[in-house]
Amino acid sequence: MEIKDTDKKKNPYLNPYVGGFLLGLVLLLTFYMTGRGLGASGAVKSAVVTTVNTVSHDYATTSGYFSQFISDDNNPMNNWLVFEVLGVLIGALLSGILSGRLKFSIEHGPRITSRTRLIFAGLGGLAFGFGSQMGRGCTSGAALSGMATISVAGFVTMLAIFGSAYIFAWFFRKLWI
Amino acid sequence: MIGPIIPQGVIAPEWNHVIGLLLGMGFGFVLESSGFSSSRKLAGVFYGYDFVVLKVFFTAAITAAVGIMILTSLGWIDSSLIYVNPTFIHSAIIGGVIMGIGFIMGGYCPGTSLTGVAIGKIDAMVYTVGMFFGILFFSQIYTFIEPIYNAGAMGSIKVNEILGISGAMFMFLLIIVALAAFYIVGLIEKRVNKSDL
Repeated sequence: MEIKDTDKKKNPYLNPYVGGFLLGLVLLLTFYMTGRGLGASGAVKSAVVTTVNTVSHDYATTSGYFSQFISDDNNPMNNWLVFEVLGVLIGALLSGILSGRLKFSIEHGPRITSRTRLIFAGLGGLAFGFGSQMGRGCTSGAALSGMATISVAGFVTMLAIFGSAYIFAWFFRKLWI
Repeated sequence: MIGPIIPQGVIAPEWNHVIGLLLGMGFGFVLESSGFSSSRKLAGVFYGYDFVVLKVFFTAAITAAVGIMILTSLGWIDSSLIYVNPTFIHSAIIGGVIMGIGFIMGGYCPGTSLTGVAIGKIDAMVYTVGMFFGILFFSQIYTFIEPIYNAGAMGSIKVNEILGISGAMFMFLLIIVALAAFYIVGLIEKRVNKSDL
């Protein structure tokens, strides 16, 4: 059941341990520069806050959750994570160009249609987005960056994410294998 | 220069965003090169045909954790300025379980979905739209969730403090666990991929 696409033969992925080591160095450098780790969902939250704030500033400032992130002199899109995530998009794009993986496509398992894949991709994003706010960060910001500082939150979040996905994997196996 | 650099205000704040952009580029480049832009590769960890997630994730966490320890002991980094994310045990578990369901349904986590978006994966784009609405939905029902969200506050506590051992000892044990895990998942991968030929 290995993924046998032609891209893989032409342009193999990085050895996972080399990739992990390099990712660890980027994370370490991030801690050295900023005192905190890397993130992803936080930037999407900033985008949500900015959108809501643009549509209705009054609503955003009275919302129990959003009002925490809004102040008049500080645009939430201005924060560090948003620039970091723009960098993620550029960095991934560069890697995609160099490896010849740049292509519009819908990737799905052999037993489902593209339409099913898109529906579940949307639902998965919905759940992950919700969970990332509940858990104060996602796989990057809460789990990986937390583990780098040996925080309980980091390890508990990591175990909860992967433990839960393993438990529910059986129900969603048709999507992937 | 003793780190962390930015919180000490030693460089002009305008550079913060440039640094963020560059670090993010490194992050995105390594994720994509490691195969994290492919949802089927990511999902492999849950069905035994590809453990790239576990290998990269575990190696990265250990590299960074050991690196922070080494830089601290060399006096190159002021560990009191390193942010240790606070533990709210209830919301960490509940949030993690919901994220796990999102992971197995969507095949991505937020960071990896962005690398998929960058190389043209339409499913990744739909995923990020879903994420946007998931966060919006959370904000709408936040008032009801707030008591659970803020329950079980344990502060910025570390795993080794709970276990009553040093950080170095914990990392030593974690590295042994990681090496054992790498060996075992290698065997599983071989078996699963062979049985399908």
